[in-house]
Amino acid sequence: MEAFLDFADRYNYVITIFLMIAGLYIVVARSNMVKKLVGLSIFQTSVYLLYLEPAKIVGGTAPIIDPAFTVYSNPLPHVLILTAIVVGVGTLALGLALVVRINEAFGTIDDDEIKPQDGG
Amino acid sequence: MELVSSHLPALQIVIPLLGGLLAALLRRGVPAFALTLAVSWIMPVISAVLLDRVLTGGPISYALGGWPPPWGIEYRVDVLNGFVLMLISTIGAVIVPFARRSVALEVGERREAWFYCMYLMCLTGLLGVTITGDAFNAFVFLEVSSLSTYVLIALGRDRRALVAAFRYLIMGTIGATFYVIGVGFLYLLTGSLNMVDMAARLAAAPPEMARAMVAALAFLTVGISLKLALFPLHSWLPGAYAYAPSWATVFLSATATKVAIYLLVRFLFSIFGIALDFRGLPIVEILLALSIAAMFIASIIAVYQNNLKRMLAYSSLAQIGYMMLGIGIGNLAGLTGGLVHLVNHAMMKAALFLALGSLFYRIGTVRLAEIAGIGRKMPLTMGAFVVAGLGIIGTPGTAGFISKWYLAVGALDRGWWILVFLLVVSSLISVLYIGRVIEMAWFRPVAIQVAEAKDPPLSMLLPLLILAAATVYFGIDTRLTAGIAAQVAEFLLGGLR
Amino acid sequence: MSSDLILRVGTKLILPFILLFAIYVQLHGDYGPGGGFQAGVIVAAVVILIAITFGHNAAKRVAPRGLVECMVPMGVLIFAGTGVAGFFLGGNYLDYSVLSHDPIHGHHLGIFLVEIGVAVTVSGTMVALFYAFVERGR
Repeated sequence: MEAFLDFADRYNYVITIFLMIAGLYIVVARSNMVKKLVGLSIFQTSVYLLYLEPAKIVGGTAPIIDPAFTVYSNPLPHVLILTAIVVGVGTLALGLALVVRINEAFGTIDDDEIKPQDGG
Repeated sequence: MELVSSHLPALQIVIPLLGGLLAALLRRGVPAFALTLAVSWIMPVISAVLLDRVLTGGPISYALGGWPPPWGIEYRVDVLNGFVLMLISTIGAVIVPFARRSVALEVGERREAWFYCMYLMCLTGLLGVTITGDAFNAFVFLEVSSLSTYVLIALGRDRRALVAAFRYLIMGTIGATFYVIGVGFLYLLTGSLNMVDMAARLAAAPPEMARAMVAALAFLTVGISLKLALFPLHSWLPGAYAYAPSWATVFLSATATKVAIYLLVRFLFSIFGIALDFRGLPIVEILLALSIAAMFIASIIAVYQNNLKRMLAYSSLAQIGYMMLGIGIGNLAGLTGGLVHLVNHAMMKAALFLALGSLFYRIGTVRLAEIAGIGRKMPLTMGAFVVAGLGIIGTPGTAGFISKWYLAVGALDRGWWILVFLLVVSSLISVLYIGRVIEMAWFRPVAIQVAEAKDPPLSMLLPLLILAAATVYFGIDTRLTAGIAAQVAEFLLGGLR
Repeated sequence: MSSDLILRVGTKLILPFILLFAIYVQLHGDYGPGGGFQAGVIVAAVVILIAITFGHNAAKRVAPRGLVECMVPMGVLIFAGTGVAGFFLGGNYLDYSVLSHDPIHGHHLGIFLVEIGVAVTVSGTMVALFYAFVERGR
């Protein structure tokens, strides 16, 4: 019971770590370039969670000062992660654009099939 | 004048940013290049003024948007990043005239303006990482520079450039994400993102936080090591350097990894230094082992390369090993050696890659087998190659010797005489790969395909000769390089005590 | 390219309302959910909708490629220019409080300009990406 409560208290971190490792595993284990990018996105998403979880205060509201509220959530992590999301989307878009070009140049998006074509 | 001088830290970033945007709006190669030239030549002036002020008057702080630190983003220039800013902007200014013809040939007219836009964005990012005093802002700039770097690489002519860019994108993003995880831990621990504030809070952190600090340090070190291509996290670098447009390779090899090394030094010494006496952790041993492995393995691989750009890329990996060795040795002389090697390597490797760019401009290939006798046809180019190559080997009288000398002194101070021996042996390996090129270029009969070659036009030759001359000059007069590097090392070690 | 009458007329009818909604989202961004990112995407959706219904040549008459490629850096330029305006009015880079006589009003104005820049860049980028992919494989 004790262990279960302990887990329930921190389940969000378990999710974060699971996503982190799952994403990283996909990047390493898949040779399909689109799947690699999917893995990369999952990996990045886990980091968004890492920042956002501690920032949420139970019962806290958006940080716009109002006499009706006393507890506010910290806006800074949200802003940081908004930036990180934009960076992540930019990376993903560039990665997909590269994959399209690679497909046109090599006729495949599989890393393992590209290597023999050009000797690495 | 007052207006300009009080905003110099911001101008260092804003000018290349605006320049990059305008270059994209101009849409034509020649005006975009003219703008790039102007911007690149303004940069070292700003850095020089900043560095001079820092050396005489101490750190400069600039509150972005008027929000005072530690709440707002602070641009903070001290001796360490003043030194790195100077390095990046000077290298950029020296090599930029080479770009005009080389880029027009290799990238194509339609994409030229975008190429310069991406270059200036990359410059913005690199200078931004260096100047900012905010850990998360550093991540944003790191990605600005990385994203533009991927584009620069993908603009290479060879279709393998695309694959190289993709691999770099994957590795670079993993590295950046590791960095963000590390910064996230530090933010959770300290509640601050300002580097100075963070360092102060970590120093006062209670001992039960030590475990989280070690985790943060581990994530940051691995993440940044991916960016700086520390062996064995280097797999993206050879392909990226080999297939990028020649001029992009010159710029990246001289600056991108240096900025990552700066960031690592910043975290290890300025931010963790006081809080976490990292001499108690095996991080020094790990850094030393990896740098020695890089020095040897990368050098040996370089010997077997036939594509010269690839060969120099592996040589860069070995040289990164020397810089990290300096950080690992971690005493005054060792750090000075590592830091001065940032400058010396930037200069020498830029010269070598410029020589290859000239070769490619004239004969359209950089394969070892196809350049027989090129030395007699392009004497100035290959002469500069020889000088810079001697620098890489570490011949006395060149800048490369100075760095290795300091590294050796640092190692001896610690009593690690075996390290001195390893330094000498690894230098001997570099004799092999540089020697192969020199032998092929100068001591073989002139091959048919290079019979028509001649030295490139002045705009390409001049940057090359300046860098080669600098390699010799800074091998003799070390006041500017090693002098400032020693001051930086002293500043860094001051933070440790 | 669709020849379906309902689609063609329906698209024409709905377009002005999508644009109006984009402007609402843009201007409402100061007080509620919204702002330049979202508005920019909605504006781009207009162009993409035209391209889907009337073919991408029709879309290019509405938003020529050259214009779209200029919008991408132009928006960032508006953003950076707002920051630079801070220099000349006596503040630091990106200091909005000097943009007007009253700091709060200045911040308001600064964010307003910045959001316009964001909208321009985001819509330009979305449409440019769309064009880039549409023209592949032809």
